[in-house]
Amino acid sequence: MLRIKNLEAGYGPLKVLRKVSLHIGPGEIVTVIGANGAGKSTFLKTIAGLLGARGGEVLFEKKDIRKLPAERIVSLGCSLVPEGRQLFAPMTVRENLILGACVQFRRRRHEEVRADLDRVFGLFPRLKEREEQLAGTLSGGEQQMLAIGRALLSRPRMLLLDEPSMGLAPRMVREIFAHITRLRREFGLTILLVEQNARGALAIADRGYVLETGRMVLQGPSEDLLANKDVQRAYLGRSAEEDA
Amino acid sequence: MYWEPDRECMGKEELEQLQFERLQSTLNRIYSQVPFYRKKFDAQGILPEDIGSLADFSRLPFTTKEDLRANYPYGLFAVPLREVVRIHASSGTTGESTVVGYTRNDVRIWSNLTARVLTMGGVTKDDVVQIAFGYGLFTGGFGLHYGAERIGASVIPASSGNTLRQIKIMMDFKTTALVSTPSYALLVAETIREQGIPPAALSLKYGLFGAEPWSERMRREIEEKLGIVATDNYGLSEIIGPGVSGECREQNGLHINEDHFLVEVVDPETLQPMAAGETGELVITSLTKEAFPMIRYRTRDLTSILPGDCPCGRTLRRMARVRGRTDDMLIIKGVNVFPSQIESVLFEFEGTEPHYQIVLDRKGGLDEVTVLVEVGEAIFFDQMRQQRGMMERIRKRLAQELGITVEVRLVEQKTIARSEGKAQRVIDNRTL
Repeated sequence: MLRIKNLEAGYGPLKVLRKVSLHIGPGEIVTVIGANGAGKSTFLKTIAGLLGARGGEVLFEKKDIRKLPAERIVSLGCSLVPEGRQLFAPMTVRENLILGACVQFRRRRHEEVRADLDRVFGLFPRLKEREEQLAGTLSGGEQQMLAIGRALLSRPRMLLLDEPSMGLAPRMVREIFAHITRLRREFGLTILLVEQNARGALAIADRGYVLETGRMVLQGPSEDLLANKDVQRAYLGRSAEEDA
Repeated sequence: MYWEPDRECMGKEELEQLQFERLQSTLNRIYSQVPFYRKKFDAQGILPEDIGSLADFSRLPFTTKEDLRANYPYGLFAVPLREVVRIHASSGTTGESTVVGYTRNDVRIWSNLTARVLTMGGVTKDDVVQIAFGYGLFTGGFGLHYGAERIGASVIPASSGNTLRQIKIMMDFKTTALVSTPSYALLVAETIREQGIPPAALSLKYGLFGAEPWSERMRREIEEKLGIVATDNYGLSEIIGPGVSGECREQNGLHINEDHFLVEVVDPETLQPMAAGETGELVITSLTKEAFPMIRYRTRDLTSILPGDCPCGRTLRRMARVRGRTDDMLIIKGVNVFPSQIESVLFEFEGTEPHYQIVLDRKGGLDEVTVLVEVGEAIFFDQMRQQRGMMERIRKRLAQELGITVEVRLVEQKTIARSEGKAQRVIDNRTL
């Protein structure tokens, strides 16, 4: 579904991604784990077209999207749920959701958008309860649901999730991860999930990649990564003493 | 039957992407974790990120057996020893042994790969698998043991040696699959005949043989004498042990587990790549090993990549059975000779047994070669004249094939010492 080869990106003189390659098949949940500053968000932003790539290849359903503007990539079916949700705080939940459908306004009728809204409310009943509330008044977990819901309104086939668990209470983190697996099950979505919460992400992902200072250093089925000592030490918070 | 159909029958593009991703992470890891590789790359001015495709890969330096020896024992490990759960050493067929290690993940992947190979050869969870490979530093026994257990077969870790006891186990435990060297399978077949045991008294169905070169004729002989389907499998401890490649029931070459190993065939002299179908030295790069990754390891094994698809449906490319080793190469009277060449000539003749030995002597500064070959009773008790005629024909055929003259002696069955491990084909008495 998505095939990336040798992706390079950065900011000014700073090289952040150094030839990063990754693939994800239809219906897969794949996670990229890594420390702060490893380049995880840069990676997703580059795929989504928010940041220009300096080299490499990004094929989405065999089409090269590397040089396309972000809105084209969304209308092709690949949507980003950005880090820190990036909601419009002074607007209502409903208004935020509808904004997600804007790339397709011209092609879609109101009834369709309404049906999509209902599907999102079906997935997140809590958003339905707060439909007319301002987005800025929601809790962190609800904001994350709203950000995902907004992305769903663009009718994606693939979702790029940037740190959805960030800043959430442990119980809410579990809930969000459970929702992500429902997105695959109920919406048939393919999901690329970037996370610092390696344990949670590997628990729901089929496969994972480990990004370190802009380079992929490991990749494989989630169970292999969970069993890898480097991953355990660096990302699963298992101490060297426990190991011994 | 496939063990991992999604891997074994992968599309070419998909496989190449996976190989490339795995190569990239392997290179990134070894460059930061193995000083040997970092120095070697730095000396050539190569950074891991300079390798932008599978094609660029040929810029990387080779790794040789000498490199392994120079870094004895742990110099090439990419993880600290506390993460290593297993240590093996090469069988040291040719010189000092080399040490390799496995993490827990490596052992798991290894089991999976040998499970693939066993499945290709016919083994299922309903089989009783007798492993007559040595259990010890040698990887053969443990590697296939894990795979058979992974499949769910009933595993008998018989280990090597004590042929009469092996046969008793085979009969009493109703062994259905034998895992050993091909020469050991022949020894078992001979012993059964000597003991007057009819092959039907055994429950054997499959034989999975490896760890030494063998021939098509030897396969037919084993299959006939033991009443089994015999398949070849290949591996070497420096790479992982058994599980690198294996034959499916089509018996037309060994499918390489390409999602874990990148293979090339190069000219052993010029190190240039050989075209598909051409015989050269097999070079392997590991793509998923954690403890002991290998970059472009020169295996010294001679083989070729076979063109064309396999009717079994696997897309993994096939390699020809290993024809010998580059370091088996004998220089006799200045001519390069491989024992496998002699073997294939011998097997053209009716009445010869698949046991032979090449004896090299030097008399008055000149090399002398004698090939001892066992012949069946029918021929041995024949007229001297007929025996001589056969020797003459073999001698002529060898001269034609090798370009040198060779003495041939026919010997009675069981004259040549049998080995329970790898057969010793060459006795070199020459001193310089």
